[in-house]
Amino acid sequence: MIRVVLPEHLRTLAQVNKEVQVDVAGVPTQRAVLDALEARYPVLLGTIRDAQTQERRKFIRFFACEDDLSHELPDTPLPEEVVRGDEPFFIIGAMAGG
Amino acid sequence: MSGVRVLVGTRKGAFILTADGKRDKWDISGPLFEGWEIYHMKGSPVNPDRIFASQSTGWFGQLIQRSDDGGKTWTPVGNQFVYDGVTGTHQWYDGTPHPWEFARVWHLEPSLRDPDTVLAGVEDAALFKSVDGGENWAEVSGLRKHDTGSAWQPGAGGMCLHTIIESPEDPDRLFVAISSAGAFRTDDGGKHWRPINSGLHSEGIPDPNAEVGHCVHRIAIHPSRPDVVYMQKHWDVMRSDNAGDSWHEVSGNLPSDFGFTIDVHAHEPETVYVVPITSDSVHFPPEGKLRVYRSTTGGDEWEPLTKGLPQGNCYVDVLRDSMAVDRLDSCGIYFGTTGGQVYASADAGDSWKAIVRDLPAVLSVEVQTLA
Repeated sequence: MIRVVLPEHLRTLAQVNKEVQVDVAGVPTQRAVLDALEARYPVLLGTIRDAQTQERRKFIRFFACEDDLSHELPDTPLPEEVVRGDEPFFIIGAMAGG
Repeated sequence: MSGVRVLVGTRKGAFILTADGKRDKWDISGPLFEGWEIYHMKGSPVNPDRIFASQSTGWFGQLIQRSDDGGKTWTPVGNQFVYDGVTGTHQWYDGTPHPWEFARVWHLEPSLRDPDTVLAGVEDAALFKSVDGGENWAEVSGLRKHDTGSAWQPGAGGMCLHTIIESPEDPDRLFVAISSAGAFRTDDGGKHWRPINSGLHSEGIPDPNAEVGHCVHRIAIHPSRPDVVYMQKHWDVMRSDNAGDSWHEVSGNLPSDFGFTIDVHAHEPETVYVVPITSDSVHFPPEGKLRVYRSTTGGDEWEPLTKGLPQGNCYVDVLRDSMAVDRLDSCGIYFGTTGGQVYASADAGDSWKAIVRDLPAVLSVEVQTLA
């Protein structure tokens, strides 16, 4: 069970609270978590990564265990703490404004 | 009793304003989709309870929302806008080839004939169609694959397909307008398109009379005379009497012929409305006076409409999709501003009042006339 924290707008879209949990078959990776998340909440399709290319949207970041995982390859295994459920996988909307 | 429902898209959500036929007291609901840019909302002419909304942000991309109960509840529908076949390139700002990239849906045009059919105009410029209430989208790719497509180039606002008009007389005839490629028409349901820009003159492009490359800001027709097309171009207000085959200028005595929006009275095909803006580099009304100009002669002769509008220190803009008319006996005119006001006139423009103030910047206004 992977814990995922969504940004506010995506929580509103998916009609969920701050943290959701998804089951991931096999080795948990970014791709596997996003696949599971989109399967459970189809409204999120295309909002985190491009639905065709699967590239992360440019103003989205992935954090976990106080590290920025945004530039990891999609099939890189997630940190053990995330896999064990000790730490959540954060999906972040980049800060902007003025 | 009859009434109106005004659909307002803003930079930070959507609002629905409703009133009875007197259009005196307004109920304001919203924000819907708060925090998201709502480029456009429009209801089906066949089923007014069905409304489509284009919801997007730079962070999370594009969604399409649909309501089947007049805007009370909403359901996300399909948001996959995939260009057909080999994507190809258009010209970038520096003149180099640039691949078509989907950015957002600027305009949604529900069919005049079928509540499940809706067209979407997108950036980078292309036309998409859904025949299942917005669940699935397919490109009407004959437009983008026109011979001139590779030469289209974005303006400062992006290369957007922002206006779609379905002919009330002929379901196979569509007009679209693209910034800054120009206006196009199909007479066979979208298979083939041709530029309809003859007579346009634009000083800002290498050949001022080119076949394409004109920055058309909006076009409008009256349903009873669909061959008469009015245009607010970047500069110049234009008119065509032959469905866009040729155009002539009708800017006449306007204080500025730069502007974004244009619309036609519901019952008088020769009565046209524009909101002059100072220039392409000064996007607010001339002299800080917010004036709608009305022509009852199909252009050329214009009168300022000022009663109830601020006549000093007003520095808002009125964007291309931000004006609409209702179809009540005394035609109502509505427009929104980047300052967050929505102004309404229940007497064809003679007098105005702000029916709401202090919204986020208004991107679009549409009106539904309810039985």
